Amino acid sequence: MGHPTTTTVAAAPRAALASLSRRLPRRVNMRRNLPALGRKLAISLTSMAIFLLLWQLSAGYLYGVEATARIERTTQEQGADAGAAMAACIASGDVSCKPNTLPFPREVVRAAGLLLADHRAIRTKQAEFAAETAELNAARAARGLAAITYTGRPSFVDQIGTSLKTVVVGFLISLLIAVPLGIVIGLNENLRIAFNWMIQVFKPVSPVVWLLLVFMIVKTLTLGSDTDTSFLISSISVGLCAMWATLVNTSVGVSSVNQDYLNVARVLQLGIGKKIFRVILPSAIPLIFTGMRITVSVAWMVLIAIELLAQSPGLGSFVWEEFQNGGSDSNAKIIVAMFVIGLVGFLLDRLMFMVQGRVSFEKAIG
Amino acid sequence: MTTMPPAAPISLRDVVLDFRDLTKTYPTPTGEYVVLEKLQLQIKKQEFVSIIGHSGCGKTTLLTMIAGLNDISGGEILLNEFPITGPGPDRGVIFQSPSLLPWMTALENVQLGVEQVFPHATRRQRQDISRYYLDKVGLGSLLHRRASQLSQGMQQRVGIARAFALKPKILLLDEPFGMLDSLTRAELQDVLLEVWDKEKITAIQITHDVDEAIFLADRVIMMTSGPRAQIGDILPIDFARPRRRKDILNHPDYYGYREHLIGFLEH
Repeated sequence: MGHPTTTTVAAAPRAALASLSRRLPRRVNMRRNLPALGRKLAISLTSMAIFLLLWQLSAGYLYGVEATARIERTTQEQGADAGAAMAACIASGDVSCKPNTLPFPREVVRAAGLLLADHRAIRTKQAEFAAETAELNAARAARGLAAITYTGRPSFVDQIGTSLKTVVVGFLISLLIAVPLGIVIGLNENLRIAFNWMIQVFKPVSPVVWLLLVFMIVKTLTLGSDTDTSFLISSISVGLCAMWATLVNTSVGVSSVNQDYLNVARVLQLGIGKKIFRVILPSAIPLIFTGMRITVSVAWMVLIAIELLAQSPGLGSFVWEEFQNGGSDSNAKIIVAMFVIGLVGFLLDRLMFMVQGRVSFEKAIG
Repeated sequence: MTTMPPAAPISLRDVVLDFRDLTKTYPTPTGEYVVLEKLQLQIKKQEFVSIIGHSGCGKTTLLTMIAGLNDISGGEILLNEFPITGPGPDRGVIFQSPSLLPWMTALENVQLGVEQVFPHATRRQRQDISRYYLDKVGLGSLLHRRASQLSQGMQQRVGIARAFALKPKILLLDEPFGMLDSLTRAELQDVLLEVWDKEKITAIQITHDVDEAIFLADRVIMMTSGPRAQIGDILPIDFARPRRRKDILNHPDYYGYREHLIGFLEH
């Protein structure tokens, strides 16, 4: 054991063995985990079925309450005959007298189909428009005039795209502010004290108030120009609402680096730049990315409220317009939007989780 | 207790580390807590010294003061006749926890220090230094493995490589194998001795383990229990180097040394 050469030589195959055994379990586990996966799937599917059943039952109950109230009101106001006619009308399922309440699951599925069909129709119209104006636009371009663009109503899918664009811009704004500021605050205790009250006070402020604040400022700054500021306002508001988690996590991550790592930096007498970029920041990265993940979720959540208020295009204004419309399938469309919002939020979170896993030396917590 | 062998006289020229009236106190609400009081000790060039004592006697405090990571309350530590005022790469530390930067590879962890100590060397030369020591500790095939993916024992091997690669004047080992299982511990003791036999860097090691102290050290320094810890006894270990575990264990003096140390600790 003690002989000098044997230790060195023996270590190599042992190391190879260690790396092999570290790779093996994954494959073995996949096979062993298959029943566990099946169990998870079965439980999820069952709970979905129960969810749909409860939804169906409560929608039916609410439908009944609404229908009864409507028939009674008609009977009181216009007599028994009109009441009977109303009952018959409701029973026939006619759109004109449909009780307006929580939609059934099947109505939501139908509304989703309608929204997709509507999207395809709008795309066709856009294509036709482009074909019709191609010649004209070419001529206009030759004369140095701006091209005529399609100004029709955006489809539901377009609204999702707009919302995503807003949230991405808002997220970038919050990163641009929160990460550098968080690093600076984390490095300097005096600055941390200076900023502490601001973070504590502004963090809980509602998105609505941020929107109004941003509106005040942007309105004044863009006086005289007639550009559409609604996108700018909503994305800045989203950024300001969502940046706090990243700001706090970055400063905590930077200020609470493991003392062992700092001792290494001290013993090696690393310069301040090397200390920050090779020791402090890498060690803070897991926390920074956890903050960014929360920021994305918050950004998506407040986005809907902000769009709804700012009248900027997107899913929020879609929901609001549908609610104002009060059409026979408006409620179903709102529920469709709800599921889409939830799914997109979930996907955004998964995306951030993957990024987090890539950059972090620790295991991310799903 | 057996009779103490006479301490070999140390000529002043050979002294690398000189502790003069070294005192460490921590302020507490009820007054000053004295950890070390007027400690005197001299350590020779190319000497391997083990410091042994009960938990809380101030061994680690002593080591961190040599490393410059802990303020000195009174007296001084002279390193080659200059007092220590702060940390520096001339004192390589192997911490109890490996203290590798987990986001870096084994090679990068060693490189970080090497870049600092040899700023004028070419990139290639620095890489060669790091690779040489990583190879010496048996990690030649795992250079590019992330530190977070290495086992504790492997990580501590990198820690050893990092400390030696800095070519320090003094090597400070703070219970470097305390967190390892006994098999890995013996393995790493061999690795450490193997590298040390080539470099002969003056080393001070803190340990709880009597056998480890005897196997590695030229002198074992026994500290009394704190507060006001002092040096209780010094035991020179006269085994020839390079040492082999089997020879040491079968040596007729081994159990005498062992009894001496255990006798002191149980006293």
